[in-house]
Amino acid sequence: MPTDVLTPEPSTTTGAPHTVVRRTRRRVTPGRIAALVVLVVLAVTWLLPFAWALVTSLKSEAAAGSTPLAWIPADGFRLDAFTSVLSEGNIPQWTLNSLFTATAITVVTVATSALAAYAFSRLEFTGRRWLFVVVIASIIVPPQVLIVPLFYQMLTLNLVDTYWGIILPQVIAPAMVFILKKFFDQIPEELEDAARMDGASRLRVFTSIVLPLSRPILAAVSIFVFIGAWNNFLWPFIVTNDTSLMTLPVGLQTVKSAYGVQYAQNMASALLAAAPLIIVFLFFQRQIIKGIATTGFGGR
Amino acid sequence: MSTEVARGEVALSKTAHAAERPGSAARRSRDNRAGLAFAAPFLALFLAFLVWPIAHGVYLSFTGQTLTGAGGSWVGLSNYTEAFADPVMWRSLANTALFTVMSTVPLVLVALAMALLVNLGIPGQWLWRLSFFMPFLLASTVVALFWTWMYNPQLGLVNWLLAPLGIDPVAWLQDERWAMTAVVVTTLWWTVGFNFLLYLAALQNIPEQQYEAAAIDGAGPWRQLFSITIPQLGPTTVLIVILQVIASLKVFDQIYMMTNGGPNGVTRPVVQYIFEAGFTGYRFGYSAAISYVFFALIIVVSLVQLRITARRSA
Repeated sequence: MPTDVLTPEPSTTTGAPHTVVRRTRRRVTPGRIAALVVLVVLAVTWLLPFAWALVTSLKSEAAAGSTPLAWIPADGFRLDAFTSVLSEGNIPQWTLNSLFTATAITVVTVATSALAAYAFSRLEFTGRRWLFVVVIASIIVPPQVLIVPLFYQMLTLNLVDTYWGIILPQVIAPAMVFILKKFFDQIPEELEDAARMDGASRLRVFTSIVLPLSRPILAAVSIFVFIGAWNNFLWPFIVTNDTSLMTLPVGLQTVKSAYGVQYAQNMASALLAAAPLIIVFLFFQRQIIKGIATTGFGGR
Repeated sequence: MSTEVARGEVALSKTAHAAERPGSAARRSRDNRAGLAFAAPFLALFLAFLVWPIAHGVYLSFTGQTLTGAGGSWVGLSNYTEAFADPVMWRSLANTALFTVMSTVPLVLVALAMALLVNLGIPGQWLWRLSFFMPFLLASTVVALFWTWMYNPQLGLVNWLLAPLGIDPVAWLQDERWAMTAVVVTTLWWTVGFNFLLYLAALQNIPEQQYEAAAIDGAGPWRQLFSITIPQLGPTTVLIVILQVIASLKVFDQIYMMTNGGPNGVTRPVVQYIFEAGFTGYRFGYSAAISYVFFALIIVVSLVQLRITARRSA
């Protein structure tokens, strides 16, 4: 298992270019050509649903619903589906709801997990060992098992159909505590001792020494939590009935049936919902790929 | 204070550890308070929204609680005895098991094939990665919208692509013989990129010298694949299989949205039955009982996997 993100070494903290030494047998052989062909077929297959959705979304509803299938519609490409989805539907509202709830979930999750992970890593407090065992054991609990008691709890607390009701049950991420603790364990304690001798408090040491050294892992964890929260369906679906509070995945599911046979609009909404995370990915590609490779977690 | 001085002091304090007992005791009590304070926010949320629901769910499973608030009285084990005699629960568990087997195998093998091909170093690395991984970023709703459209019997791309091969149009999601396969194919497309990235990272960590040594001994590419690459990927394969089996057992979203468990219940996974018992049947107590049957299954599968991996590495 690669562990470079998990070790706070200069190469990862100073942003030195990460070059992978790979076998360089670049001779063109029949085997390599065959491999290339297979790769192209696979990549085209994997991109096909995106392409078909895009082409459909750019057709008129009449063209989208007619046979034989055409990649280039007879009546030309148009943006009608996008403009009507954006002007009539709730997609802008749902995007804001998703952005707000996913951001809040990410901030609370990462802040509380990092503090707890530091306590579990460095501070000898009463019950630390068995508390950590309990937290790690809870990674096994499938969130699906908790839908009924959680919904009952939200009913009791009067949080059904509120942002709090969406956010609160999603802010506990024991797996992230585990990942962060493993990272903090590898930071040399001498770095902190120096500041402690100067009389810095634990909180001071944490914010001014530990957190800056942990930037790569914090970025990875934040992205995972954000992706997970942004894409989560089951819990927000259960806890919201009010259309104006729905997140994107939940809202899309409810309009899918309302649009019925409006295929172009269906695909336009799907693409609009997909776009934000794909853009995030293009920006943070390196962190996401390295994060997954080193932690084995992907926010789902 | 320079770090060098600090290091010297640390070294000193370590050698003089025994002499510093009182100081370290004071430090310990300060650490105790700080530790509790650092862990408190997380532990409070952990108790409120994880531990409490788990415990309360166990209680609910022994009551006749309904969504409307009525029937909260103790009913003993009757929810569990009902569940064990409920053919729909067994059917949904069997569907979940079938989905897990049908999805895990290609999700491991296709990911491995993709990683091996990309690792050959063929130009266009970012394009391969993007193509295979991008679907993983989509919400389940988007995936379901894309693929319901792909599988549309008259207007879908899947039938259009198969027509030249002489295959008659299939109503993939409405046909009992094909619905599960169709959902598995969608899941493969959606999530294989994650396993692909894990394999690719592992491949790039295999020491180059092993291949050089093998080449000197006259081993060809296929020989190298089976006697170096595949064995070296062993731990990664174990990790991927473990994560994949657990993820597949929890399947719900895409099936609920694409087939709603149908046709005729052939795709309904156990999580959907939990959801339906609680939120369309309004039977919280019964739904909680099925939840814990499912939870027990997850624990058993995890323990079995743990035992197998422990034995392998022993």
